[in-house]
Amino acid sequence: MRRLKTFPAKLFVLLLFGACLAWAGWAHAESGLPDVGGTFPSIALEAPKDPAMRDYLGLGEAQTFTVDQVDADLVVVEIFSMYCPYCQREAPVVNAFYELAQKKNRPGKTVKILGIGAGNTAFEVDVFAKKYKVPFPLIADGDYSVHKTLGQVRTPYFIAVRRGPDGKRSVVYSQAGSIGSPEDFYRRLMGP
Amino acid sequence: MDRSWMWRLGGALIMAMVVLSSVWTPPAHGISEAFQGKIYTPGPLKPVDSTLKVRVGDVAPDFTLPSISGEKVQLSQFRGQKHVVLSFVPAAWTPVCSDQWPGYNIAKELFEAHDAVVLGISVDNLPTLFAWTQEMGGLWFPVLSDFWPHGEVASRYGVLRSDGVSERATFIIDKEGVIRYIDIHDINERPSLESILKELQKLPSP
Repeated sequence: MRRLKTFPAKLFVLLLFGACLAWAGWAHAESGLPDVGGTFPSIALEAPKDPAMRDYLGLGEAQTFTVDQVDADLVVVEIFSMYCPYCQREAPVVNAFYELAQKKNRPGKTVKILGIGAGNTAFEVDVFAKKYKVPFPLIADGDYSVHKTLGQVRTPYFIAVRRGPDGKRSVVYSQAGSIGSPEDFYRRLMGP
Repeated sequence: MDRSWMWRLGGALIMAMVVLSSVWTPPAHGISEAFQGKIYTPGPLKPVDSTLKVRVGDVAPDFTLPSISGEKVQLSQFRGQKHVVLSFVPAAWTPVCSDQWPGYNIAKELFEAHDAVVLGISVDNLPTLFAWTQEMGGLWFPVLSDFWPHGEVASRYGVLRSDGVSERATFIIDKEGVIRYIDIHDINERPSLESILKELQKLPSP
């Protein structure tokens, strides 16, 4: 303890404190991936320009939105990239899940899907949408800012956010890789 | 017992942590789940490590290289037929490269609309390139091996780095065989498809 009375010791403690704060901040920024039971980060996403896609998400005239503002009982967020071959192979599967969800939509069981193109410009996202005839909104994340906030996950990565009876949202699914059978995935998230 | 060295070492380590925390950002690129566990990550590299030997307006040096389909491909065989997008990538099974050509793969119609063909080149040998592109699900455009003599074509264009891999470089060569666009990209980043297509738009279309 005698050492703490010296200037170097005080400096040491100060540096240690600073280092801990810096590392904590860095770790928090890099591990923003929401776990099951957690909440989806409140990231401002650019609202789609296509009026049909805005209607689908229930956004009105807002220029930006968060996942929690999507008008649905369950929102499935897909982190993808047009450059990712796995995402390309998964595209028809996700489209089939969209069709299934649309067919089963009813009050209390509405499901919406949203894609976020990690490192993809609006042009690149559009190439992917046209190639695979993606029927749901895809948002460009050209500077990887969303991808970084979500912990730089491998693609595709799926996060499902459920709206509870009290209106609160919580993550119920968070996993990399294929969703598997669209029917099984739907049952897993929404029940029969 | 003199423990002053411990204090000095501790202080140095903490300073290093602070500095690293403030300046180091992990590379941001969406690595496809398809490659999970199979990608060698070299870490941040010197953005460019070669001296270009050709310029826009030059006739592109001709070459013949073996492709993964088994055929040899000669640049001049496209003369008068197609614009050529020559896409050098540094190495198979590395992070950015593995997420580059798959994007070009779903844009075949866009390249064709500009009367262009893509030629992918790396200094890897044929078996490596074959396995790597199979992992991508196959590619529609020729993938050429500049393995032996090692990196000879990359060297002739001036894009062979000092460690034996090529730059992440794009050359657009028109139907007359003239270089119309050169992008020696930061090796740590992927060039956008958009920038290539914008350059192709400047060339005469069919």
